[in-house]
Amino acid sequence: MVAVTDAIEAVYVLTAAFFILGLHRMSHPTTARSGIVWAGCAMFAAVAITFLTPELFANGATNIALMGLGIAIGGGFGYLAAVRVAMTDMPQMVAIYNGMGGGAAAGIAAVALLAGTSATEGSLAVTGGLIGAVSFTGSLIAFLKLQGWMRQKPVVYPGQQPTNLLVLALALVFGSLLLLRPAGLPFPGGAYLPAFFLFALGFGLLMTLPIGGADMPVVISMFNALTGLAVGLDGFALSNYAMVVGGVIVGAAGTLLTLVMARAMNRSVSNVLFGAFGATEEAAGTIQGSMKAVDADDAAVLLAYANKVIIAPGYGMAVAQAQHKVKELMDQLEAKGVQVKFAIHPVAGRMPGHMNVLLAEAGVPYDHLNDREEINPEFASADVVLVIGANDVVNPAARRQGSPLFGMPILEVDAAKNVLVLKRGQGRGFAGVENDLFYKENARMVYGDAQETVGRIVQALKKL
Amino acid sequence: MISELWTAAFIAMLAAFTGYEVISRVPVILHTPLMSGSNFVHGVVLVGALVALGFATTWPERIIGFVAVVLGAANVTGGYVVTERILEMFDRSGRKPKGG
Repeated sequence: MVAVTDAIEAVYVLTAAFFILGLHRMSHPTTARSGIVWAGCAMFAAVAITFLTPELFANGATNIALMGLGIAIGGGFGYLAAVRVAMTDMPQMVAIYNGMGGGAAAGIAAVALLAGTSATEGSLAVTGGLIGAVSFTGSLIAFLKLQGWMRQKPVVYPGQQPTNLLVLALALVFGSLLLLRPAGLPFPGGAYLPAFFLFALGFGLLMTLPIGGADMPVVISMFNALTGLAVGLDGFALSNYAMVVGGVIVGAAGTLLTLVMARAMNRSVSNVLFGAFGATEEAAGTIQGSMKAVDADDAAVLLAYANKVIIAPGYGMAVAQAQHKVKELMDQLEAKGVQVKFAIHPVAGRMPGHMNVLLAEAGVPYDHLNDREEINPEFASADVVLVIGANDVVNPAARRQGSPLFGMPILEVDAAKNVLVLKRGQGRGFAGVENDLFYKENARMVYGDAQETVGRIVQALKKL
Repeated sequence: MISELWTAAFIAMLAAFTGYEVISRVPVILHTPLMSGSNFVHGVVLVGALVALGFATTWPERIIGFVAVVLGAANVTGGYVVTERILEMFDRSGRKPKGG
């Protein structure tokens, strides 16, 4: 028996090592794909070896059958959904799988608390359960917003923050009662656990409601970090070091990414979480000039006779699924000898790196993709900048004191000789701020669905 | 003898710094696969869910443990497939000859 337990622990140690190696390989474009395979093999080994835990057999076949069935159902669902989903829907898939991890962590904590634990294990399980439950319902709301089953605008109501705080406080109170089990209270001891999870789940839901669509890159990374943390805490409670290492690494990585994303918007994480950004609209009327519209043919002429074109995509490109047409446009322009580059703002889209994924899907070589710091000095030498469905990340209002966007590092597209803005209509960006760019002398608007408009520009280019 | 809890605390501390160091040099283009990949790594929660269900002795424990296994398994397979699909595209677009 000792030999089996040793073998299991040895596999867990190797699993942790391969997780680290896998993530390390994922941080370089050339080795990234092998990285996930390494981590995948480690995960498979860890799950398989867990079935050999000697004590399991003492509990009878029911549990083992349920374990197999659970893996088949969850694994089957996860696999099918992930294989079928379109690339444009990736942000919500990442959100939902992350939420499921959080839910699983909350479930583990609940089972540990039901079974009875020592005081230390209990407090670890309560903390892990709280964080896992918050990540579960929070990710679910993020999923609903990204999937379009819920408005992406922040949901706000009077007394929102005090309410949320109260719900969190109640979760903490019931969590403490669960641990301390003081005598002489009016409710039965069995009610603590459901009440604790009810308020924890409720808090995750309520705290995510006021966070809007454009802040999702921060929120998704944060819930990723929280799920990791919950898994790590559960690992403590279960004395499972593979879980401790896996969970804590994700917690650290997710925290780092969350901070990178928040910094890209020049906002603090707490401002993203509690600011209900974009709920109010700025009063109009401070901007001089007027919007000038052109059609796709004129846009094509402008592009065809340029030496250098920079394309700045945003969430609108994802919504319209225009990435393949954009690749076609790039090919057409390059065939005419025009230099084409892409300018990627870190928070363009709805998850970190969203635009890179879509353009890679369309086959745009990644050496064409430039991040904000690389590309900003180049806008002045560009003949045409083509803004496709991006708004707040190119809004020069970020330089104007008093604007809600003030201080956000933007793509300085207005420095180019000409700016073409592909946009569905005349509406404002997510932040609810009027975009100064559209009124500039060198800016031209091309209205319509991004995919259709780019398609028409490509057709016009072919005729030139 | 150091208690098991403190051993775990040291492991967690080292893991946190490892995670930070490994991730801190990631280029922007890999942010999505990295997030999705770390999403897959916390799928190791499935191991904990299996242990919780395996050791369950009452039906409430079994039911919650079963739900945790289902959620954890979906996290693992979904996270893996999504990451693999994203990285496959980067592979493809990276190997294309340079345009121009």
